[in-house]
Amino acid sequence: MNTRSAPSGLDARPESLSRFLHGLPGVDEVGVAGRAAGLATRSIKQDSKRWAIDTAISMVDLTTLEGADTPGKVRAICAKAMRPDPTDDSVPRVAAVCVYGDLVAVARETVGDAVHIAAVATAFPSGRASLEVKLHDTRDAVAAGADEIDMVIDRGAFLAGDYDLVYDEIVAVKAACGTAHLKVILETGELRTLDNVRRASWLAMLAGADFIKTSTGKVSPAATPEVTLVMLQAVRDFHVRTGRRIGVKAAGGIRTSKEAIRYLVLVNETVGDAWLTPDLFRFGASSLLNDLLLQRQRMASGHYSGPDYVTID
Amino acid sequence: MTERIEVRKTWKLYVGGAFVRSESGRTFEVNDATGAFVANAAKASRKDARDAVLAARKGHLAWSAATAYNRGQVLYRVAEMMEGRRAQFVADVRVAEGVDAPSAEQQVDAAIDRMVWYAGWADKLAQVLGTNNPVAGSYFNFTIPAPTGVVAAVAPQHSSLLGLVSVVAPIAVGGNASVVIASAPRPGPAITLTEVLATSDVPAGVVNLLTGDPVEVMPWLAAHADVNALDLTGVDDADLAVALERDAAGTVKRVRRAASTDWEAAPGLGRIRSFLEMKTVWHPMGV
Repeated sequence: MNTRSAPSGLDARPESLSRFLHGLPGVDEVGVAGRAAGLATRSIKQDSKRWAIDTAISMVDLTTLEGADTPGKVRAICAKAMRPDPTDDSVPRVAAVCVYGDLVAVARETVGDAVHIAAVATAFPSGRASLEVKLHDTRDAVAAGADEIDMVIDRGAFLAGDYDLVYDEIVAVKAACGTAHLKVILETGELRTLDNVRRASWLAMLAGADFIKTSTGKVSPAATPEVTLVMLQAVRDFHVRTGRRIGVKAAGGIRTSKEAIRYLVLVNETVGDAWLTPDLFRFGASSLLNDLLLQRQRMASGHYSGPDYVTID
Repeated sequence: MTERIEVRKTWKLYVGGAFVRSESGRTFEVNDATGAFVANAAKASRKDARDAVLAARKGHLAWSAATAYNRGQVLYRVAEMMEGRRAQFVADVRVAEGVDAPSAEQQVDAAIDRMVWYAGWADKLAQVLGTNNPVAGSYFNFTIPAPTGVVAAVAPQHSSLLGLVSVVAPIAVGGNASVVIASAPRPGPAITLTEVLATSDVPAGVVNLLTGDPVEVMPWLAAHADVNALDLTGVDDADLAVALERDAAGTVKRVRRAASTDWEAAPGLGRIRSFLEMKTVWHPMGV
């Protein structure tokens, strides 16, 4: 594909989604793996590492998505989101708290307007419900105070080739979101191939996603450098063709600062430093924040810290 | 008949139940007592120490959750495996310390016997060190020993096997995990001991063994916030020992001080006791 060509009316729906998506160039899986592995060897030390750690903290969507979530637990992670390290007020706030729809009100009450509240909606994580239910789920979360909605695509329909259904669903959910930002979860662990990841990324962006997100965190593999790289490439190409900047959220399976910094390198080298902001790149994570804090403490104190010095959740 | 090509062993670190090279890629030459080259051993860096502490923390969770009886069985298994490798240990000790065969055999036998001795203590510590404490009021209370956690230890520099076993076993028997720096000039028997540990049902990470320079690595372990205690037995340099104690104070670690010890003598419970926390539980009694 010649990504340098003039914008070709992509703000409108392509006449045939199937033809457009299958017209995208195939992904060179070996090349992507090699590129991701090559970038992972970049050495980020000292001041760069300090900057990267703080940037990564500010990009975290602090997430709790368990059946056992209680209002108390949600309040606890909200407190952590606003002040990640109680012993150090120079630590930036995280980007958002990510919870199930019924706990949005609790979260909003706790954080006020200090951080965003993201709610997973549309029958998360499977997405197996009727459109009516999904739209109701979305409106419910927005009404409760969510300003970001993480929706899942219908992977069954996508894999069956029913791209129109997936597209229409995203459009409808986007409309239901109102002013709330829409993140579209591709669940790349279920899409089988990187070609599908590229197609799903384009499909979501064409349908109006503000963010495309790798995974629910409930399926393994979740975020990997390879799928994130393919999604970043799609975002870059989309920007070239339409001038619109779409965000990317890598969610699930990122647990260490080292991995997080590798993702920042991927972002910088693929879409450029304009994307190194919480408005355009996020980490969906829970345990990652603790590791970032431990690394931060290590750099501040000069000695290794330990899990006794951060909160459990 | 053609001559066989020599099969030379690379001496590796033992971290989290795996035999790994140093993250730094460095090695150092180990010589025998006469100064002849023996092998290249991995030279641990501060990052290897950090990885070892992570592994030890995981190992501690599994090991401290095991029953005391089970820990005793596993340590006895270590002794069984040492017995099976007796000839190898004798050869290692002879190379490392330059002693004659009877003297090396004596040290190896003493090391195996010491492992058996410590194994036997695993399920007796609570009875011997624990207490029942009558108190005034409608309570009863009792005190039981609990493991301190992750212990960073420097093995004796001279007694390459008996000294090492005498440091590692008492830490492990109470349910602690350890990061041990082997004798810097004589790591050979320690390498064989890691192979014994790897085949003895000791959970991964309970004992992690680093080879290299304690002067380089120990300060990182002494200041590491996730290390709960230090055993400075093998630190011969008094200034280093003081510096390490000072580093350890920052996170209020238990420290067992550097000491020259007669390893042949009966050890007593002192070493075990050094790495146990006495936990007292108050129990309401019916009025």
